[in-house]
Amino acid sequence: MFGKYASFVVPAYALSMLALAIVIVRIRVIYRQRLAELNALEMAGAGRRSAKKK
Amino acid sequence: MATQTKPSTEGFWSFANPSKFMGFANRTIPALAITTLIALAAGMFMVLNAPEDYQQGSSVLIMFVHVPAAWLSMMIYTVMACSAVGTIVWRHPLADVSLRAAAPLGAVFTFLALVTGSLWGKPMWGTWWEWDARMTSVLILLIIYLGLIALSRAFEEPAEGAQPLAIMTLTGFIIVPVIKFSVNWWNTLHQPASVMRFDRPAMDAAFLYPLLVMAIGYSLLFFTLHFMSMRNEILGRRIRTMKIANAQEGR
Repeated sequence: MFGKYASFVVPAYALSMLALAIVIVRIRVIYRQRLAELNALEMAGAGRRSAKKK
Repeated sequence: MATQTKPSTEGFWSFANPSKFMGFANRTIPALAITTLIALAAGMFMVLNAPEDYQQGSSVLIMFVHVPAAWLSMMIYTVMACSAVGTIVWRHPLADVSLRAAAPLGAVFTFLALVTGSLWGKPMWGTWWEWDARMTSVLILLIIYLGLIALSRAFEEPAEGAQPLAIMTLTGFIIVPVIKFSVNWWNTLHQPASVMRFDRPAMDAAFLYPLLVMAIGYSLLFFTLHFMSMRNEILGRRIRTMKIANAQEGR
């Protein structure tokens, strides 16, 4: 499928997909962690300065 | 009787408010992600149906992941330089958020450009690496990205680091035109520009169209990830503010 240069083509695509997949998963994990931490802080009664002004 | 009208730019500038940006990002990210998937799927379909090059054989397939990554490595730095101007001129916190969120993404795409370029170079040039102007300048760009990431994490208070980070980013922008024109200014092993030329692209349509669709897909992927990273950065700052407020109130 990738011809006689498959040993170069396949690693190029595999590495690109792997690196981008790691970036996507990392960003999503950080988002969930921070959202959970923010919710926990708000549940504990800590408010944002902008919210207190209202 | 004169009537007051709101400036036409107010709608646009309202997104510069971090809270409003969060709402905008939450609405935009799913649509951007779906568009990215469609563009990349279409690009991969075209790539898998592209013919082999008469000189390079199947190794030309590496071009479809190498060139978009290389373009993005420069485009992302340009986005960071624009954000740096926003920080220096308007001192806007969202500009600093944009700069910090883009730096790791730029480093990843630059790393991918170097590695896929190396995987393409070995069968075509007979070497994994050559210290020619194009490759060396892209390696310098990767080092600049890593330096900026380190600098962005060196300040405990993000606001304190915003100006130094913006100044260093703008200083490093000199590398972008050097990369772009390195193949014209110096005699390099790397080929000259094939697509972004003053005259028409020096590439057959069978390779040009899949390349352009992949480049659009990669660009959409960057904007999706950039918005997601900006959202993370804003959440991180909110958490930090709330923790400081808690500590001050003695909770």
